[in-house]
Amino acid sequence: MKELSSAIQLIPLENYIFLSVALFSIGMMGVLFRRNTIAILMCLELMFNSVNLLLTAFSAYHSDPSGQVFVFFIMIVAAAEVAVGLSIVVMMKRNVDSIDINLLNRLKW
Amino acid sequence: MIFLFYLLSTIMIVCALLVVFSKNPINNVIYLILCFIAMAGHYILLNAQFLAVVHIIVYTGAIMVLFLFVIMLLNLNKAIIIRKSTVTRVSAVITGGIFFLVLLAATRQTFEIHAKYPFNSEIGLVSGIGKTLFGEFLLPFEISSILFISAMVGAMMFGKKDA
Repeated sequence: MKELSSAIQLIPLENYIFLSVALFSIGMMGVLFRRNTIAILMCLELMFNSVNLLLTAFSAYHSDPSGQVFVFFIMIVAAAEVAVGLSIVVMMKRNVDSIDINLLNRLKW
Repeated sequence: MIFLFYLLSTIMIVCALLVVFSKNPINNVIYLILCFIAMAGHYILLNAQFLAVVHIIVYTGAIMVLFLFVIMLLNLNKAIIIRKSTVTRVSAVITGGIFFLVLLAATRQTFEIHAKYPFNSEIGLVSGIGKTLFGEFLLPFEISSILFISAMVGAMMFGKKDA
């Protein structure tokens, strides 16, 4: 436990920033890349989590617990979002018998 | 310790790329679970033990099981072949790469962190988080229950047969 708690003083904060930026970009690329609605929701989770990781890193380096509480709230919002999003997917499958996101393009006009 | 960081980061990046590029939805979910477990390891490295446990319980235990359940319910476990056109996919990869480069350039010259409080390895434990959550953030915590109620009602409304 002792060497774990001193670990963050050995790792520069930039490493966490770069990791979060890479994860966020991968998530955004996935949202543009896929047509499967469930896969798009999963890529959204990836982006949520990169932000969570960055908030936790800043909170740990500042020794301020507010950031970690905020991550907790983001997890709450993510859970609600997934519940509603997946029920939309179920409804979409029932109505148009497909989960292709391009079938929902009537909202564009 | 820095070795552990690089190991977990490599697992996360590879699994995230596999989430995007693998075709079978079941495989996507499995890779995302692997990515989330590696992220729990990152939380432990950052002394956020409470968040690590909550992350495992909420994400891997609830959200990903919900994804798996919906995939099973909709019978999507065969590889679906709906894909975007090649031009769209290549441009998606290029856009993601350019976005990554721009963010990298913007955050490359980082600043020195001047910690507001002295270094304390106890802030990520349950007692530290709980004191902040039920002191400073009590009202948002209570309001989030309303959010959950509305999300539950919304999910039920969407799930109704004649909706």
